[in-house]
Amino acid sequence: MTAQERADLEKFIEQAWETAIGMGLEPFPVHFELVPAHVIYEIGSYGLPARFSHWTFGRDYHRQKTMYEYNVARIYELVINTDPAQAFLLENNSLLANKMVAAHVIGHSDFFRNNTYFAHTDRRMVERARLHADRIRQYEMEYGPQRVEQFLDAVLSIEEHIDPVEPTYRRPQPEEYRHQKPTLVRPTSEFDDLLGRVETPEPPSTRRIPPEPEKDLLLFLRDYARDLEDWQRDIIGMVREEMLYFLPQIRTKIMNEGWASLVHERILESLPLTPAEHLEFRRMHSSVLAPGSRMSINPYYVGYQILRDIERRWNGEPPEEDEQPETDWLQRPKPRPEGEGWRKLLEVREMECDVTFLRKYLTEGLVKRLDLYTYKLEEVNGELVWRIQETDWEKVRDALLDSMTNFGVPVVTVEDGDYDRRGELYLKHHYDGKPLDIEYTTRTLKNIYTIWGRPVHLETVADGTRLIFTCDGQQVKQRKG
Amino acid sequence: MWHHPPFILSQDPWDLHHRAERDRQRHNEKVKEVIKQNLGDIISHQDIITAHDGKIVKIPIRGLELPRIRFDPNQGKRVGQGPGGSQPGDIIGRQPGEGEGAGKQAGTEPGVDFYEAEFTIEELMELVFEDLHLPNLQEKGSKQVMADTTQFNTIARKGPLSNIDRKRTLIEAYKRSAKAGKPEFKIQADDRRFRSWEVVPEPQRNAVIFAMRDVSGSMGEFEAYICRSFYFWMLRFLRTKYTNTEIVFITCHTIAKEVDEQEFFAAGDSGGTKLSEAYKLALDIIEKRYNPREWNIYPFLFSDGYNWGDHEVVQLVERMASISNLIGYGEIADELWGHTDAFAPLGQALYERFATDPRVVLVRITSKEDVWPALKRFFSKHPEVEQL
Repeated sequence: MTAQERADLEKFIEQAWETAIGMGLEPFPVHFELVPAHVIYEIGSYGLPARFSHWTFGRDYHRQKTMYEYNVARIYELVINTDPAQAFLLENNSLLANKMVAAHVIGHSDFFRNNTYFAHTDRRMVERARLHADRIRQYEMEYGPQRVEQFLDAVLSIEEHIDPVEPTYRRPQPEEYRHQKPTLVRPTSEFDDLLGRVETPEPPSTRRIPPEPEKDLLLFLRDYARDLEDWQRDIIGMVREEMLYFLPQIRTKIMNEGWASLVHERILESLPLTPAEHLEFRRMHSSVLAPGSRMSINPYYVGYQILRDIERRWNGEPPEEDEQPETDWLQRPKPRPEGEGWRKLLEVREMECDVTFLRKYLTEGLVKRLDLYTYKLEEVNGELVWRIQETDWEKVRDALLDSMTNFGVPVVTVEDGDYDRRGELYLKHHYDGKPLDIEYTTRTLKNIYTIWGRPVHLETVADGTRLIFTCDGQQVKQRKG
Repeated sequence: MWHHPPFILSQDPWDLHHRAERDRQRHNEKVKEVIKQNLGDIISHQDIITAHDGKIVKIPIRGLELPRIRFDPNQGKRVGQGPGGSQPGDIIGRQPGEGEGAGKQAGTEPGVDFYEAEFTIEELMELVFEDLHLPNLQEKGSKQVMADTTQFNTIARKGPLSNIDRKRTLIEAYKRSAKAGKPEFKIQADDRRFRSWEVVPEPQRNAVIFAMRDVSGSMGEFEAYICRSFYFWMLRFLRTKYTNTEIVFITCHTIAKEVDEQEFFAAGDSGGTKLSEAYKLALDIIEKRYNPREWNIYPFLFSDGYNWGDHEVVQLVERMASISNLIGYGEIADELWGHTDAFAPLGQALYERFATDPRVVLVRITSKEDVWPALKRFFSKHPEVEQL
């Protein structure tokens, strides 16, 4: 990018910023950096600049770079949730593309700052991740890269099994359980307490570990796996911290991208563009906001359309064609205050995550206009095909919500850390109708064994019966439970 | 400085920044490990055998992933999105069968992740040859042939960016600008320094390989193909790892002939078969040019096993065995002609005589996938011979 173009871009960002403030946005300050493609692909594949080293990041980097080189797909922008936010723009993008991207970044920065799910993220995560990387490199030197890689492989393969409620919630330690959970005693009259008839409940056994089923598998392993060395506990803790940082982004993907797309559109439309620029902007905008592969949904497009629909409805504008007017619970037309749309959007971007957002605002009309459907694998004439099942809006919405529950990961809890009094680990998959991938589960159990160091059990349901997988370090056996 | 509004726009040089390269290389190594396990399939492909140097070969493999506790990707409902007007019953994709995967884009099928690993022919060779050796090499003769090894031990001014030596580059930049009177770390192209390697010659032992090929009329297209592909890999291997080994090419039907490499590979098939001629010629050449006291000798012969005078061949192989390090006989059987597990007459005769003799290795090849195991059998270390 030439110095002239850079000056032009800088001036644009200034105006865009003022426009955004005028719209009620409150973004973090942003450091925009113009970088070559390989840098943006590197940071994109690691998730953070200077994050620790692992071959899976190298794999993603290689894929993204190859796709870029073959012109299959390209990242336009990358923004890191920190204060100030760090944004990376591609230096060989056209000037207009970078203007659009800069406006988009302002949207993300505003979202990071205001959305409640990000309230507990570490806004100095770049520095923290760098420290993690330094420590892991140190461990590689001390304990050998192979040992560290093997351990990281094991930890990363269960990285999603943490508890997103955790940052605000301190777990009671086992000894504190003595004072909790009084057993229920059937009252004989309402004066029991006065007459001293209340039995002192037996304190629950404090030997039980964990005292209650524990969803944060990483935390549990870090604290209770017996044979780990300090560096290994440290690695589990670091991976967990980074995952806690990334989780809100995973949970708000649709909203975050929808919001940033809406913001960049509003900003670019309110600033003067030449007709040629306007044409290029419209072309790029509609290529970003287009249905993707038929096997998935495009979060930019879906998020953007739902937000626009909310704005329209709260502005009291008439419904789209072939849509019923909204009614309240008495079947009366729902009154909407005029001109409330944008204020409502600011509220939505603050309060919701994807699951709540879709549950509240994905309407019948939207499912139809976005052409959403459910599909599954079926055998047709001896061939396995993916076939559309339903287009009914409630079924589609429920299937979508179902696929996002627990960020699309099976819910697994630690039931017992001293199973059978032999120090074995008993995990339970909370079956909700979707069976597990046996091959992957088997391989993952071996990884958990690597960390726990003793036999690991996992209870699940397959074909209607309870099934228990047991990994003894060598192999994984299954039995009906 | 933060101005108002609060943002900074900056553009800095990132030339030296290649952090991801290390992890990319580690991933490549892991891909290579997977490919090494499937070399048999890969090296039997025609397009690899006919490839010229530097050609890039694409090998589809299942992407390397960490396992996760995940839902079965082939069961249950998912949500997709169409361009409009999608109806229940519409087919939106097909699930490829097991083992397919070529030509597919990553990420189009849920749960299945294919990846096309790209290798140059040279890189592939390296993988193939990593575990191959000339067996039972002995120190013989005065004429020391050289084999080369490379060592990463020098610094160069030009090189691939992934080999850049940052510290030396910065020092160079600093020195240059200091000389100009303004010390700073502004890097120019001339300042770049790269880690580089030297070729270190390593003494090696004399060896001669006899590549013999049955070119009689009974050798069909398949037999010729197997034969060629075996010798192709053998030559590549010898020339990569044992740079100065001598190779004698012999074709044989009823008459044996010493030919050059090009003729050897191009030879058509005609006439009857008298393979004793090939061994006679080889023995003759050994007598004239390769004194067994000076040379490690490795005769290889590929045939379909239909031959005139098996007894004579057995006697000649006996003589040969007394002066060779290892004798290889490969018998190619096209399974289209009926399925048997037994050797053809020549192979049978050799087997009866040499089944317990570790100096003679007999291999039967019935499909393209057998070429790799054959190479491995011939060119692995044969400890049992070394004890003799």
